[in-house]
Amino acid sequence: MDKVIIAEELTLSYNKDETIINQANFSVDSGSFTFITGASGSGKSTLLKSLYGAIKPKQGSLVVGGAQIKNISSKKLNFLRQHIGIVFQDYKLIKEWTIEKNVMLPLIIGGFQKSVSEQQVHKLLSHVKLNHQSGKYPLELSGGEQQRVAMARALSHNPILILADEPTGNLDDYSAELIWNLLEGANTQLKTTIIVVTHHIPENMKIPYKHLHIEFGTIYEVT
Amino acid sequence: MKSLKNHFSLILALFSILFAVQIFIINDRALEAYEQKLSSSYSMIVVSNAAISSDTFKTYSSNIEKIDILSADEIITKLQENISKKNIELLKLSLPKFYRIHLKTFPSSYEVQSLTKTLKKNSSITRVEDFSNNHDTVYKLLLLFKQITQLFTIVILIVTVLLIAKELRIWQFKHSERMNIMGLFGAPVWLRSAVLFRLALIDAFIASFMAIFFFYGISVSTWTADQLNVIGIDITIFEWLSDGSILLGVAVLISILLASLIVVGYKEEA
Repeated sequence: MDKVIIAEELTLSYNKDETIINQANFSVDSGSFTFITGASGSGKSTLLKSLYGAIKPKQGSLVVGGAQIKNISSKKLNFLRQHIGIVFQDYKLIKEWTIEKNVMLPLIIGGFQKSVSEQQVHKLLSHVKLNHQSGKYPLELSGGEQQRVAMARALSHNPILILADEPTGNLDDYSAELIWNLLEGANTQLKTTIIVVTHHIPENMKIPYKHLHIEFGTIYEVT
Repeated sequence: MKSLKNHFSLILALFSILFAVQIFIINDRALEAYEQKLSSSYSMIVVSNAAISSDTFKTYSSNIEKIDILSADEIITKLQENISKKNIELLKLSLPKFYRIHLKTFPSSYEVQSLTKTLKKNSSITRVEDFSNNHDTVYKLLLLFKQITQLFTIVILIVTVLLIAKELRIWQFKHSERMNIMGLFGAPVWLRSAVLFRLALIDAFIASFMAIFFFYGISVSTWTADQLNVIGIDITIFEWLSDGSILLGVAVLISILLASLIVVGYKEEA
């Protein structure tokens, strides 16, 4: 099976003195579903940031979608990110843009035709049960609704990889279930590789998944 | 509402700069016209024992525009009743030549002194009347006015630069969040900053059109015409094409510079 992510002797740190991830080795198969768990401050989010190139490896190698992150050019990084969908715990929606335009963002960046983009956005907004809110602005929605918008945005351009940082951390049960269903659906129907950073793996997961755990800077697979 | 406020503050800052620029242009234009008026009414009188040609005079200064020979006929006519014709002829021969020197531009005090000194070097010139006392008073007043206006323009520019700097910080904060989110989804720098440049250009256009209409209003008002009549100069306060282009150009340049500084200063969030 193709590997979407290959990490070899990967070391991550924000400064010289403190190492967050220390010489980690792991890989993620294409079309798989992976959970990354660990205590608060263990480096889960740091690892996720390195996967979309926001943090460069201090040592070792990290290849995402065939691109070596350590010395990736900004042009190649932009290209890589155009094929990744990211869901953040704090949503990261553009406040001055409508819900519709926020979901359309990856399609605007990808240069899709407006009519195609609009069709895709309406389909996704109906999936997250927010079709009637498309003209509203993010701050007019609840936290759960904002996260559903972020989820629709992450799916809009049919990415090869979805990275989700505690996507249901602060959500009500209804929104959380909707998010998990969408992630499972993307994985099973579209064969999208999903990596989710979370404190708790949902008990009712219907699909097989891989579990990576971080402890004291070391990443190991839970079997 | 908050966004409108942010727009308004940049528009206001740009408008202040454009106001200062146009005031500077008007002032320059008015001073030039006033100097022209002064120079046409200012002249020097030279008394010489021998005839001096215009070309010889022009070798003394490149600022000399023309030379008028002052005729002594009027005085001689008055004397004709009491003096014989023969003596009149003798008087005519012995009378010195009077010349009026007209200058191209209103001279500085130094230029007046220098020209007087040069003229006096000619041994046939017996007297030079440069009306320096009167000239100095007018010239110093003109100089003072020029300096006050320049100072006023500089003060306005400094204040507006500070306003723009403040605006830059607000925009940096406001736009960096959007630019960062767009960057996370792989938007190239030109696309991330496109909104910023569009907004900056819109503000530049609004500010310049405000300034253009403001100065057009002033230029057609009767009050302005009355003031110019009082000073006795005839100038165009606002020229649609040239002044409008300058104001638009300055506003666009500043706003593009502002947007570029934000783009250059933008750092991606880790």
